[in-house]
Amino acid sequence: MKITQLSVFAENRPGRLQEILGILAKANINIQTLTIAEVTDFGILRLIVDRPEEAYQALKAESVTCSRTDVLAIVVENKPGALFRLMEAFSKHQLNIEYMYAYANPGQADSIMIFRFENLDAAQTALLAEGIQLVPRSEIHDK
Amino acid sequence: MFNPDFESMPVTKLKELQLERLKWSVRHAYENNAVYKRKFDAAGFHPDQLKSLDDLRRVPFLTKHEMREASPFGLFAKPMKDVVRLHSSSGTTGNATVVGYTRQDLDTWATLIARCLSACGATEEDIVQVAYGYGLFTGGLGLHYGVEKLGATAVPISGGNTDRQLMLIRDYGTTMLACTPSYAINMIDFAAKQMPDFDFKKSKLRRAIFGAEPWTEAMRKEIETRMGIDAYDIYGLSEVMGPGVSNECSAKQGLHVFEDHFLVEIIDPETGEVLPEGSLGEIVYTSLTKEACPVIRYRSRDITRLYRDVCSCGRTHIKMDKVTGRSDDMLIIRGVNVFPSQIETILMEIEGVEPHYQIIVDRKGTMDDIEVMVEVEEAIFSDELKVMNALRDRITNRFRSVLGISAKVTLAEPSSIARSQGKAQRVIDKRK
Repeated sequence: MKITQLSVFAENRPGRLQEILGILAKANINIQTLTIAEVTDFGILRLIVDRPEEAYQALKAESVTCSRTDVLAIVVENKPGALFRLMEAFSKHQLNIEYMYAYANPGQADSIMIFRFENLDAAQTALLAEGIQLVPRSEIHDK
Repeated sequence: MFNPDFESMPVTKLKELQLERLKWSVRHAYENNAVYKRKFDAAGFHPDQLKSLDDLRRVPFLTKHEMREASPFGLFAKPMKDVVRLHSSSGTTGNATVVGYTRQDLDTWATLIARCLSACGATEEDIVQVAYGYGLFTGGLGLHYGVEKLGATAVPISGGNTDRQLMLIRDYGTTMLACTPSYAINMIDFAAKQMPDFDFKKSKLRRAIFGAEPWTEAMRKEIETRMGIDAYDIYGLSEVMGPGVSNECSAKQGLHVFEDHFLVEIIDPETGEVLPEGSLGEIVYTSLTKEACPVIRYRSRDITRLYRDVCSCGRTHIKMDKVTGRSDDMLIIRGVNVFPSQIETILMEIEGVEPHYQIIVDRKGTMDDIEVMVEVEEAIFSDELKVMNALRDRITNRFRSVLGISAKVTLAEPSSIARSQGKAQRVIDKRK
């Protein structure tokens, strides 16, 4: 059920994001969602793409520092209180979120959010036990 | 040992030999070179006054500045018909200095390099890949003729062409590598990235002789582990001869200075006063046998220590510590003396940090500002900001506790700092 996120180390300067995205474009990689965590001089780019392994190799070949991180993609119903109820389940199981961001899920009734937990395996087990719907790999990645 | 009679000569006999040769060398410089004659006369010194090794203290120093002033041939003591080769210093901290060699000088040089190679354990069975630049720089040709003198096999590939270097290591069964330590790291990185099926440990490479730039004990361990070899330090400066003035032996504890050809002193770089054995200071060279370009009390600006111990290798020649820095390279930051090599050691000690770094010094108002750029490789990369910030804090704190200064540490992408094929540009000082 785990999703592969690519994490990229990027210097904070004009044009760098474009260069990195250019490498992925050239490799014909489709980016489903992307978020940036930044401090003053560098940032960490987090991406969900259709073919993570190919994207990783393409970036490595251009000497870009990147790594693969396991995350969970969770379905959040498109109605008031849905995210709140999800958090209730996290609290109940003492699950600590490292970071979270939204996944583009165009044309679908429900939203998907990406979560990185301190202890991902424990989170996965707990959430499945709570009947929370995790998005399978096959729906996110082509391979 | 290549020349056991000289290399393990009893110290008293060695000193007699030095005195005899010193008398010749000082007289040779005085009688055959106008600059030396003028300097000695001005200082009220005449070669006849040289009765003991201590009398050398009455001879004036030769500075790098004087050497540059005399360039190209002003310090030659032989007519050009006797000079068979020219080399030039790299001129890293100013203009280049030109040096000349007679046929005899080249033979001495090759012999000393052969001694160095032998001190690293090389024999005539070795295949030595010379990856120093061939040309005006003394590294390439210097090592080359030493390899031949030893009777080993020279592979004159010169610097650069890293993929070809690795192919030759594999195809020729190279057993020994001669290059700068930063280029060796370059090769390791290149192999890891571009030639995943290349394994140093499966090659026949057993030993390496690294020089032409200061390197640290931590860097030695890293290269030795990753290449599966023994790495030795060779030291020299083109003004004095080129590489081969001193070399480490199997003990890897200090470099033996070839005292039958060079006389060394340590002085206080501020006052010029000769310091007792064991003191840290600037090393001063006097050549004892050089014909074309004798150097008499040449101030190298290199900072080290001299001491004589009973070495397990059997050599009696005095030892110098690895050069920790050049007094020219020494950075004075907010009144604190900092050598780039200290910064390198700290980075190497912090697990996983590759020694690719650059120091940028600037002045903001009246304050010196030091920034250290460190490249982030995948091994130390985390997708969590707090982990990356912790890494940066750890480096910053180490700088503060070891160097006593606070430096701005910047984490940089791999390859954002220019890679060297020869000497690494570790320092950019914008204050100058």
